[in-house]
Amino acid sequence: MAKGNLIKQLSIFVNNEPGSLASIALVLKDCNINLKAFNIAESSGFGVLRAIADDPEEACRKLKAKNIVVKQTDVIAVSVEDQPGGLFKIAHIMGDAKLNIEYAYAYTGRKGPSIFLRVDDPEAAAEAIKKAGMKCLSQSDI
Amino acid sequence: MFWNPDAECKPREDLKKMQYRSLKSLVMSLYEFNEFYHDKMKTAGVRPDDIKCLEDACKLPFMTKTDLRDNYPTKMFTLPRKDVVRYHVSSGTTGKPTLVGYNRNDLDYWTESLARAMTSVGITSDDTVQVSYGYGLFTGGLGLHYGAERIGASVLPSSTGNTERQIELMMDLDVTVIACTPSYLIHMGDVAARMGVDFRRDTRLRKALLGAEPWTEGMRAQIENGLGIKAYDIYGTSELAGPMFTECEERKGLHIWGDMAYIEVVDPETHEVLGPGQKGEMVITMLTKETFPLVRYMIKDITTIFEEECDCGRTSPRIQRISGRTDDMLIIRGINVFPSQVEHVLMRCPSVSGHYQIIVDRVNSLDVMTVQAEINPEAFSDRVEDVVAIKKRIESDMKKYLNVAVTVELKEYGSLPRFEGKGRRVTDRRKY
Repeated sequence: MAKGNLIKQLSIFVNNEPGSLASIALVLKDCNINLKAFNIAESSGFGVLRAIADDPEEACRKLKAKNIVVKQTDVIAVSVEDQPGGLFKIAHIMGDAKLNIEYAYAYTGRKGPSIFLRVDDPEAAAEAIKKAGMKCLSQSDI
Repeated sequence: MFWNPDAECKPREDLKKMQYRSLKSLVMSLYEFNEFYHDKMKTAGVRPDDIKCLEDACKLPFMTKTDLRDNYPTKMFTLPRKDVVRYHVSSGTTGKPTLVGYNRNDLDYWTESLARAMTSVGITSDDTVQVSYGYGLFTGGLGLHYGAERIGASVLPSSTGNTERQIELMMDLDVTVIACTPSYLIHMGDVAARMGVDFRRDTRLRKALLGAEPWTEGMRAQIENGLGIKAYDIYGTSELAGPMFTECEERKGLHIWGDMAYIEVVDPETHEVLGPGQKGEMVITMLTKETFPLVRYMIKDITTIFEEECDCGRTSPRIQRISGRTDDMLIIRGINVFPSQVEHVLMRCPSVSGHYQIIVDRVNSLDVMTVQAEINPEAFSDRVEDVVAIKKRIESDMKKYLNVAVTVELKEYGSLPRFEGKGRRVTDRRKY
């Protein structure tokens, strides 16, 4: 049942140089891929664009056809209260469950603000969130 | 001042006769006893009898680096391994490195060559010589070391690296001569300045023997004006023995000792022998080498021969400072690197595609080599550290294989240029 709480995120390899993001963004536009949320991680000489798309399977297929280096990664999306302490609640639950957060980013969608989390064991994380009485979004909620 | 006036100032005609006798007996013995060269001469349709004068050398077949690779490790040696007293190893174009072996006489000639060269730039037993070339498989360190010891100089075998300590030792031991790559000496000057050390005020350095990489008169002026010393060009490669030849104090070309080597310059395209004063690719025959003979070796360096006697009184032919290469070899911090070696390392790494670019730059006077390679879609992971691990592993493989530190940049699949046939994969941004 936890499966429904996993969101497929697109992870795209991007050169770390002027114009790279623009060329990837152009491919996204040409493929008619709409992003709901994204962030960019930078490392030595390259970047990883992490994005939540409407239809990740279809988006992934289209991008691969355009020779874009892309992977799907499981993340969870947790509804967060729009007030001080909102982030604390989630982080605290993860800490108690001994789940390490690799990275996280936030967005405000149709169902209010939420945080995308990448953890070692996303299914266990979703369980922990639910046990604490909070809500994980499903792909259709985004 | 001469180390061996008899050999260095031998009248031109006598020198040529001596070269002819050496060449003739070399060819006769190789034809008789060296399977590799016997076959090479047979294929070329030349017999020892065809060599009737020194200029007949042009009838002999060329040797190339490929021959050295194909006969790795010791198939070209004329002596059994028990007679070998030293090995050195340099980079080959791909796959196998170039191995050279020396018996006692070979080491003795090499050392003699450098004793003559050092004396010709005014280095004496009163000098303290800091050898900041790498010691080990590379010929630079040990070559200069033995040469300086032969003339009775005090040798500081500091090898490469740890520049602050090198500068401190230079001051503490009153070093008067340094041997290193020109870019390393410039780097030393920069580091010294940061340490508050003024070469003119705080050291007794007066001369430098600089080589193992291309440099120019512009760099010479920069070094001499910056550090208040005299800088001399030194030349050689491991195939010849190692660094062997320098300019004299006249600084009008490098003296190539005629009793040890016979040099020609050929047209890089047609391989036709060119006359003195004409620029082309140098071809060298080592006349006294015993373990690992070299006949008409295409060394791939571009230069010009001067036949006139030098004002210093030495009679051997001289060559102009090396002005380029006829192949794609790069020299990174004094180490020879072939793009084919880079390709070889990348081909063995499944995480990247076969497309690559090499970028060479000079940062703080030191060569920096960057290899750009495309990440394979299957190898990509959302975890940044996994991708960084791929980069690190290739960097470590490069370092192991090329002997020089390389920065690897991973690029998007398909983002590097594609070439049909011979690609332009190297961008050298260094200014000489």
